[in-house]
Amino acid sequence: MTAKVVTVTSGKGGVGKTTTTANLAVALSMDGAKVVCIDGDIGLRNLDVIMGLENRIVYDLVDVVEGRCRLRQAMIRDKQNPELYLIPAAQTRDKSAISPSDMVRLCDELRPDFDWILIDSPAGIERGFRNVLAPADIVIVVTNPEVSAVRDADRIIGLVEAEEKGPAQLVINRLNASMVKRGDMLSVEDVTELLAVKLIGIVPEDEMVISSANRGTPVANDAKSRAGQAFHDIARRLQGEEIVFPSLDVKEDFFKKLFRVN
Amino acid sequence: MPSWMYRITGSRANSANQAKERLKLVLIHDRTDLTNEEVDQLKAELMSVIRKYIEIDPGAMRIVINHDGREQRLVADVPLRTGPRRRIG
Repeated sequence: MTAKVVTVTSGKGGVGKTTTTANLAVALSMDGAKVVCIDGDIGLRNLDVIMGLENRIVYDLVDVVEGRCRLRQAMIRDKQNPELYLIPAAQTRDKSAISPSDMVRLCDELRPDFDWILIDSPAGIERGFRNVLAPADIVIVVTNPEVSAVRDADRIIGLVEAEEKGPAQLVINRLNASMVKRGDMLSVEDVTELLAVKLIGIVPEDEMVISSANRGTPVANDAKSRAGQAFHDIARRLQGEEIVFPSLDVKEDFFKKLFRVN
Repeated sequence: MPSWMYRITGSRANSANQAKERLKLVLIHDRTDLTNEEVDQLKAELMSVIRKYIEIDPGAMRIVINHDGREQRLVADVPLRTGPRRRIG
């Protein structure tokens, strides 16, 4: 087994990097792969709460890098998926606690035992970003169909190319199909035309993402939810399957239909 | 005004199109690291260099930055002024 290292990044904060990382990890492991995710956001860890593993943390990424524990001791097994592990970030340190070469070494140590290593990135383009980019085989850039998120995604895609880690693959998260339909949200075509990168996923806006995060069980555990289904599709595309993008037709409610004149 | 009334009156511009047009310009400047003023200055300097060697119609000259995938391309379209060529000497 030689794991592929997938770094999930975005530039702008709050677009759904951590949600994407957690759900891709769940979806890949539900497909039978051995997966480890690493929270690369040192000082602002979040992957642990999204995965519902925050109470099980004993050691973290910085403990491993600084030799206070063995790698295995910092790996937390997921509650529902036995072949899924998390290496949490340190909460009380900052990004300078690790270096890009530390991350490369860590991933090389993990590679033989896993199929996928997913790394969640900090927001921004500083030191923390260099750390998570260094070991990447594949870079996924997450964006929302909004001006600021698309602009920052473009910047990140350029940096990924400059570091020869490209071409990045794009996930458009929180797409609201009814807003697109009435011309008040950038469409998938608009975003891919502007950014000119390969699209690997479209995740519809779905309240279940928040309610499942509240419970600490990523939405992909429920493959029937709309967002969960979208993450499963991304996982399959990562594994090389050709999955068509589902149409984004909106079910309008009765009153909206009543008032629709066009 | 509720959204269905906008549909009837058509009074609101399509905000997604505005977003797209604004982003197109922003991304050109982000990717080239040039401000609007610098682009204008670049055009003016290019024009004056070309005019040192050939006769052109400055009004007909067109310089734009185009997207080509993720590449940016500076495209200059410079119609030469036709007419009898004078030779000196």
